[in-house]
Amino acid sequence: MISALFRGGIHPPDKKNLSAKKPITTASQPDTVFIPLSQHLGAPCKAVVTPGQEVKKGELIGEPGGFVSAPVHSSVSGKVAAIGEFPNAMGRMVTSVVIENNGRDEWTILKDTPDFDRLSPEELRGKIKNAGIVGMGGAAFPTVVKLSPPKEKPIDTVILNGAECEPYLTADYRLMIEHPEEIIRGLGILMKIFGVPRGYIGIEDNKPDAVEKMNQALQEKETIEVVTLPAKYPQGAEKMLIKSITGREIPPRALPMDVKVVVQNVGTARAVFEAVRYGKPLIERVLTVTGGGIHEPRNLFVKVGTLISNLIEECGGMREDAVKVISGGPMMGFALPSPDVPVTKGTSGIVVMSEQEMVHAAEFGPCIRCGRCIEICPMGLMPSMLSIYAEKGFYEGAKEYNLFDCFECGSCAFVCPSKRPIVQLVRLAKSMVKP
Amino acid sequence: MKSEKSGLIVSVSPHIKDTETTERIMWSVSLSLLPAVLMGVYFFGPRAAFTIIASILSAVLSEYIFLKAMKKKVVALDGSAFLTGLLLGLNLPPSVPFFIPVIGAIVAVIITKQLFGGLGYNIFNPALIGRAFLLVSFPRLMTVWNEPAAAFIHLDARTTATPLGILKEEGVIKLIEVFGDKGNLYSQLLIGHRGGCIGETSILALLIGATFLMYKKYITWHIPLAFLGTVSLIAWIFGGQEGLFTGDPLLHLMTGGLMLGAFFMATDYVTSPSVKSGQILFGTGCGFLTMLIRLKGGYPEGVMFAILIMNCFSPLIDRGFRSKVFGAVKKPAKGAKQ
Repeated sequence: MISALFRGGIHPPDKKNLSAKKPITTASQPDTVFIPLSQHLGAPCKAVVTPGQEVKKGELIGEPGGFVSAPVHSSVSGKVAAIGEFPNAMGRMVTSVVIENNGRDEWTILKDTPDFDRLSPEELRGKIKNAGIVGMGGAAFPTVVKLSPPKEKPIDTVILNGAECEPYLTADYRLMIEHPEEIIRGLGILMKIFGVPRGYIGIEDNKPDAVEKMNQALQEKETIEVVTLPAKYPQGAEKMLIKSITGREIPPRALPMDVKVVVQNVGTARAVFEAVRYGKPLIERVLTVTGGGIHEPRNLFVKVGTLISNLIEECGGMREDAVKVISGGPMMGFALPSPDVPVTKGTSGIVVMSEQEMVHAAEFGPCIRCGRCIEICPMGLMPSMLSIYAEKGFYEGAKEYNLFDCFECGSCAFVCPSKRPIVQLVRLAKSMVKP
Repeated sequence: MKSEKSGLIVSVSPHIKDTETTERIMWSVSLSLLPAVLMGVYFFGPRAAFTIIASILSAVLSEYIFLKAMKKKVVALDGSAFLTGLLLGLNLPPSVPFFIPVIGAIVAVIITKQLFGGLGYNIFNPALIGRAFLLVSFPRLMTVWNEPAAAFIHLDARTTATPLGILKEEGVIKLIEVFGDKGNLYSQLLIGHRGGCIGETSILALLIGATFLMYKKYITWHIPLAFLGTVSLIAWIFGGQEGLFTGDPLLHLMTGGLMLGAFFMATDYVTSPSVKSGQILFGTGCGFLTMLIRLKGGYPEGVMFAILIMNCFSPLIDRGFRSKVFGAVKKPAKGAKQ
């Protein structure tokens, strides 16, 4: 199936060739892990271990603090060294459990379920919830919450997001090449939970081998369809993906479930399968360490809580001209003040940018009203007006121009010839007025 | 911002940006006018070149002095003042005295652009306001048209009337008579062998520049096509002397400053609507007003005033043609009965 298109969008250089050919390898064991108790959207966890306590790999260390929350487990076997405030990738101090790794990699007892086909939707949800699974595409929203829509909102379609439209990142791509069966089985579990007959896997057409691998693994399974999407950023944004695959548009301020759809990242689907089949909690993930500022770009299988600086070392260290370290992709990821922060469940990549890749935007010009941002805004907004109002402090004016419909994909700031920091101005305006 | 501890740069996403810059756009548009400059100088001699140079220098210098005096960041070489000066120069008769481009450039850059807030904030096209000011202040000097000679040595160029002037005063029969026959008239208009402003006469040169701008996606078809289409339609219906539907649209397309205006002035980002559908209305309005002035007004040419009048409506048009927000139910059109 070839998809319908969403309006707007951009074609940034994807630079995926830096790491696309590198098979997923397991990162070496870190000496110490820093596991934040808040790695997801929603309430932070409460620690259930104390300093000095021995823990095994996969053992619960943080209990969910509310409905919208997800438990946290140890990613190593070893001794809890401390529980305290440590910086996360966004620069905030969050309560984290520090565990000294004894290097023995001893698993706690996991519940194997070879006949998981017989589990009820409720039991499946329970396993996903207990495994602490969150959206692994970046937003880190607790998966079980997405899987528990209110009764009056029936779901008729499950979509797996394999678009990976962020430039540079190849983690989902490698996962689709190397573990297609597990992803498909994960999707099957999600479809069973909702009792829906149809599932889709959306993949951009710049990854033809991933499309092929997934199709091979499907073996003519008629309930699941791989949809080839035109490579166009932000194809992987939930709203755009749903529009491209089903033709449905999510109304402003509504959720996918309002158009009867649930979207999960391909990595999340694999984690769902492992949680249901092997009882494995989400303590490890695949991420891409890449960029022109790193010596050896790689796709790594990493323990949650590993410091990003360790991973950079593992990939040969930073080049001389490295100037910026980004957690996530270059379009929506955030720049790290320091690489000494841990990988979390939602970390999809680390991009180390070199001086040449950078466009310094310290000096920006006035809006010349060229209209490029209006042309490419996938949400149909007028980013130029948002930025002009926000710059002048007329935040209410920005609100009139649908400020809160912006999801900050950054396409406008990418194309702006005056290099205006439109996303920054939008965030400023959002913080100054009520929705 | 640089982190003091790690030396890493911390800034808001996105972390990659397109290589296109405002400066490059300005210089590219200037470059696209090069064929028109060359043809203008070829037909009207070195005097035309000096007029253009005087105009450009005055524009850049005015911007520089103003920004310095106002203690603002001096961005006089960002290409925008250069382009304004170039466009003003191309919109002047070939042999105006040197104080004409100087005054025009000062009005364009300082009054029309800088006093309204600088680049991006002006309501009117600066070069056109400069020209309008000159036309009403120095009507005689601004309507002396040299006969194109394609010779670089003659000093006392003979003056002539513009084709549009002849068309208005004496009719199409006389115009064809002046050029010999219809075929010759069209071919002379195409290459630019006729009286007029320096940069407006060679349709061929302007089309080369316009093709470049469209190919590079610096401008789109919306404004020029709507503009030229409306002019053609009205010229065909009302432009003839033997009743309705006898007009010659080609004649109206190739005369006056229409091509220069439609591709290079009406498409100015700052003073035209940003929304594509709004640009079609803008172009249509320009075309309508141009023909209204050409057929019914006191001046033979209406492109300049048409664009300036439509400039006023750009912000309003942008408001009215806001694109549909993703997922939103389309609002009923303004003024529609509920």
